[in-house]
Amino acid sequence: MKKTVACAILMALFLTGCGGNATSQNGESTGGSDGGGKRVVNVCSWGEYIDEDLIYQFEDETGIEVNYQTAESNEALYSLLKTGAGDFDVIVPSDYMIARLIKEGMLAELNYDNIPNYALIDDQYKGLSFDPENKYTVPYTWGTLGIIYNSTMVEDPITSWDAMFDERYAGDILMINNSRDALGAALLDLGYSLNTTDEAQIREAYQLLADAKEKGVYQAFVMDQVFQKMEGGNAAIAMYYAGDYLTMLENNPDLKYVVPDEGSNWFVDAMCVLKDAQHKEEAEAWINFIASTDANLRNMDYIWYASPNTEALEQYPSYYEETYGEPLDSELYEIMAAPQSVLDRCEVYENLPDETLTLYNDLWTELGI
Amino acid sequence: MKNKLSFFAFPYVVWMALFVVAPILMVVVYAFSSADGGFTFENFTRMGTYAVVFGRSFKLATIATVICVAIGYPVSYMMAKEGLRFQRVAMVLIMLPMWMNFLLRTYSWMTLLENNGLLNQLFQKIGIIALYNSIFGTNLQFFRMINTQGAVVLGMVYNYLPFMILPIYSVIVKLDHSLLEAARDLGANSFHVFQRVILPLSLPGVLSGITMVFVPSVSTFAISTMLGGGTELLLGDLIERQFLGGAYNPQLGAAISLVMMIIVVICMVVMNRFGEGEEQAVML
Repeated sequence: MKKTVACAILMALFLTGCGGNATSQNGESTGGSDGGGKRVVNVCSWGEYIDEDLIYQFEDETGIEVNYQTAESNEALYSLLKTGAGDFDVIVPSDYMIARLIKEGMLAELNYDNIPNYALIDDQYKGLSFDPENKYTVPYTWGTLGIIYNSTMVEDPITSWDAMFDERYAGDILMINNSRDALGAALLDLGYSLNTTDEAQIREAYQLLADAKEKGVYQAFVMDQVFQKMEGGNAAIAMYYAGDYLTMLENNPDLKYVVPDEGSNWFVDAMCVLKDAQHKEEAEAWINFIASTDANLRNMDYIWYASPNTEALEQYPSYYEETYGEPLDSELYEIMAAPQSVLDRCEVYENLPDETLTLYNDLWTELGI
Repeated sequence: MKNKLSFFAFPYVVWMALFVVAPILMVVVYAFSSADGGFTFENFTRMGTYAVVFGRSFKLATIATVICVAIGYPVSYMMAKEGLRFQRVAMVLIMLPMWMNFLLRTYSWMTLLENNGLLNQLFQKIGIIALYNSIFGTNLQFFRMINTQGAVVLGMVYNYLPFMILPIYSVIVKLDHSLLEAARDLGANSFHVFQRVILPLSLPGVLSGITMVFVPSVSTFAISTMLGGGTELLLGDLIERQFLGGAYNPQLGAAISLVMMIIVVICMVVMNRFGEGEEQAVML
């Protein structure tokens, strides 16, 4: 038995060793043999999270080839990085995951001299809790989490997180399928902080969720399926991100979005370079390109998430009018780029201590059992 | 190497060693390690909490398998009795959905089964919902089909039914007709011919069909997330969550996988024993 285990470990080491060598050799040969002729950058982001023309434009302008890949969630990205399955240079995680990656020493410090467009990013999105000294990140987008509801299927306009636990709409509510956001909604509804580490408060929030689930309030726990279900009028209430609401609205004009009175999460997704990235220079060139006003305008128009670039954010309404020949609805603009009054009642996720993360995961699994 | 042709099996042996045997060994190693790499049984002590999930998965997979046998056997039997041309057409029809990706097929079921989906719209149009309401005095706007365990079973049956039909069909179609004639000759009526000759002889097909339906059903996670609504976890979801979810605990994921594999293997061995017994009984 011992022998077979030893064999397996040897084999595993051999395999991973092989993989590692093969890629690094590749990297060297592309860089080395043609004298730096072909430059590459490996980017990993979310699905439907960039105007793809920008990739081609960057390739044409710089001659750097972009390998663009996507991950499903922060957690999936994290496990890709942990298992070494992803050979990325640039990643675009959300705030709390950035904090975790920094804590675990997985990100490289950026050389901001190579990223002059960083100056265009509004100070509001710099120095946030996940990267207080601004050494690792360049913000990519930001937005709010809120409640999306179908105005033809609810009685009164929704203004509170109570709606996510409301028995009147039993079977018509879609809960978001990740522990942080789902428990977050419950914490806010109870009047607690999103970043609380108090076990009693978190357990109380769990109980609220579990009771609602027990009573059949939730039709399903969903992530991307929310588009199909809300657009098709298959559910009345869901919680999701503002940018995605705007995409859904294009297909179903009855949908409304609200940041509840109790407040919500506002998030920043930022570009980072991995510590063991093999194309650091190219990675910074890419980040600088994406941080430009032009790229931000086009991205904003394509993915409907707000840009952290001051100029782009200001120019977007006129850009919209120029492109589509009609003025941008100011209400929609305020959903995309929430005004200060809304942000004031929102919190950014902080990375939680390990024991709180474990508690989150255990409770979340318990909910599914 | 006595057989010169066995040289051609070499690539497959290497393939098996690298991508089947080695990963299974790694699952075992992981299952017995702690996060920092030491040896531990801790991953298994938590298994009791997941008993409900194990129970639910095995229940749904069993229901799906039983339905597949109930539908698949008669279909295979009828098919094998028909002419060659019919068999070919039927075979194409059974295989046709499998030419399309499994996830797409399951996604299509979502749009069919939704509360406001195509089926409910159809029922609304032709008055089935109104009829139901008037008979049972209810006030339904739609039938709740998606996000139920029934929908998960439906997804399993739909996706894996061909794996039941094909092995049963290929066994029945090869049955020696002289055996059936002999049985008739000896005075068996058609029920007895079926019960005493055809059924026992086709059992190997049924058994391999059961294996091919039950095993993927018990470990599925895509079907349960898409059709089951994700409110009640199946084993596949639970394992997936350990690798790709917030939990990131590959050791626990490996332990759950290992326990699942062991239970499945035990089920299969018991069933095959039972099958062998039957065959021998027939031969006696």
